[in-house]
Amino acid sequence: MAPIVSIRNLTKSYASGFQALKGVDLDIEEGEILALLGPNGAGKTTMISIICGIVTPSGGSVTVAGSDILTDYRKTRAIIGLVPQELTLDAFETVWNTVAFSRGLHGCPPNPALIERILRDLSLYDKKDTMLRHLSGGMRRRVLIAKALSYEPKVLFLDEPTAGVDVSLRKDMWQLVERLRASGVTIILTTHYIEEAEEIADRIGVINHGQILLVEDKKALMAKLGRKQMTVELAEPLTAVPDALSSYGVTLAEGGGQLVYEFDASGERTGISSLLSALSQAGLRVRDISTEQSSLEDIFVELVGEGR
Amino acid sequence: MNIEAIKSIYAFEMARTRRTLLQSIVSPVITTSLYFIVFGAAIGSRMQEIQGVSYGAFIAPGLIMLTLLNQCIGNGSFGIYFPKFTGTIYEILSSPISTLEIVIGYVGAAATKGLIVGTIILVTASLFVDISIRHPFMMVLFFVLTAVSFSLFGFMIGIWAKDFEQLNLFPMLIIPPLVFLGGSFYSIDMLPPFWQAVSHFNPVLYLVSGFRWSFYEIADVSPVVSLVTVLGFLAVCLTITAWIFKTGYKLKN
Repeated sequence: MAPIVSIRNLTKSYASGFQALKGVDLDIEEGEILALLGPNGAGKTTMISIICGIVTPSGGSVTVAGSDILTDYRKTRAIIGLVPQELTLDAFETVWNTVAFSRGLHGCPPNPALIERILRDLSLYDKKDTMLRHLSGGMRRRVLIAKALSYEPKVLFLDEPTAGVDVSLRKDMWQLVERLRASGVTIILTTHYIEEAEEIADRIGVINHGQILLVEDKKALMAKLGRKQMTVELAEPLTAVPDALSSYGVTLAEGGGQLVYEFDASGERTGISSLLSALSQAGLRVRDISTEQSSLEDIFVELVGEGR
Repeated sequence: MNIEAIKSIYAFEMARTRRTLLQSIVSPVITTSLYFIVFGAAIGSRMQEIQGVSYGAFIAPGLIMLTLLNQCIGNGSFGIYFPKFTGTIYEILSSPISTLEIVIGYVGAAATKGLIVGTIILVTASLFVDISIRHPFMMVLFFVLTAVSFSLFGFMIGIWAKDFEQLNLFPMLIIPPLVFLGGSFYSIDMLPPFWQAVSHFNPVLYLVSGFRWSFYEIADVSPVVSLVTVLGFLAVCLTITAWIFKTGYKLKN
């Protein structure tokens, strides 16, 4: 199946000479959730803004559902929804009117039933006649989402959707993202919160200094780049690693009370069983064993660190 | 053509007018009534008729033009400046709408509002002085063309302005002298020859003169020249607006 969004050699240079994007290539598959990770100023928002028509690219091309974003902008913008990072809303407009306005701008005839459903889904319906300036930050965020959903886009960009949002709203939002995906919407989200990407994304893209460092299936990425670590808690502390165990590369921790062993989770042999038998042969009594996997955050920090 | 989008922008702008009824309708009516009391009744009663028209009636077309220019520039500029200022412009830029449709929405609403206020001023004026309209068709034509071209002019100011200071520069500092020195309150025949010549460089003179001609058939310049001037101004504004959207000037990076 052809990708729904296809980005080829996309560049953006500002008049100041700053290069926000340095030749980005990216394919986004229909129906997936792609999380774009990257530090501030990495180029995430610039890339989204170009696809949506807010920023003019310096070079390269983008197609959405087969149409070029510049020559066929009517077709592409009609199916793209954008929830911007900043809470930009008209202070004096009501919730209902601003959502209906978005629908109209995208060329759709009025559909009060749909808008009512969207507002109810986002727990905004009882605020429909409230002026936007009277809403809290979390409510404004919901309004921005309602606006983007008002014309039923097929591709939805969420630029830092959970920045400054409390835990319960964040959970609501993740559920909403799941529902949208179930209805076939392709979702691209940028985030600083790595656990967010870890929780909901199918694929992870890492972007830094205007370049995509990698795009990979989340599970594959974590298996490939994630390290596993086994910690063996000993009944009696050791002062040095016994010679019998030195070939495993284990290290002592917690004042000799723990042996730490790092292994490759995706490897054919993890070496765990032989290590355990070596332990018992060395006459060491084991009190407890635990394993843990490095998080996406560790992977991310490592990747972005390398790019520096 | 994205008709729904045009309707949405137009309705949004007209709703803003309804929310600020006092400022947008009542205030210009009061201001103009004061002009008629002071210039029409108090001072006007001691002045000679100008080419057979009483002074109060003579200044009516100029006052309507003064209000129309201010309203159109004010609404046209604010309508597009405010989304730029608050950041909600992102939505306009990311919508499937063409330049032309954006302009029709914003400028159409600004011109409509200007015409509503202008009409109210005309009605108010007729309560104070005797007004006759000899060429109703030409009067409406001047009225509408001026409203549209100055709303477009305002729209450009709104895009150009980077702060409220610049936004207010034209309506507060440039338009009043042009209107006052453009024969709104006198015929330029009354000026010394040098200032008469200078006045011919003032575009507002042509608007006021043409508009007044459609009322009383008296004019400082030929009505044809007036009409050509308005059309020329409209063409210049349209060209600049097209350029703004083509290049993204001050709208897009």
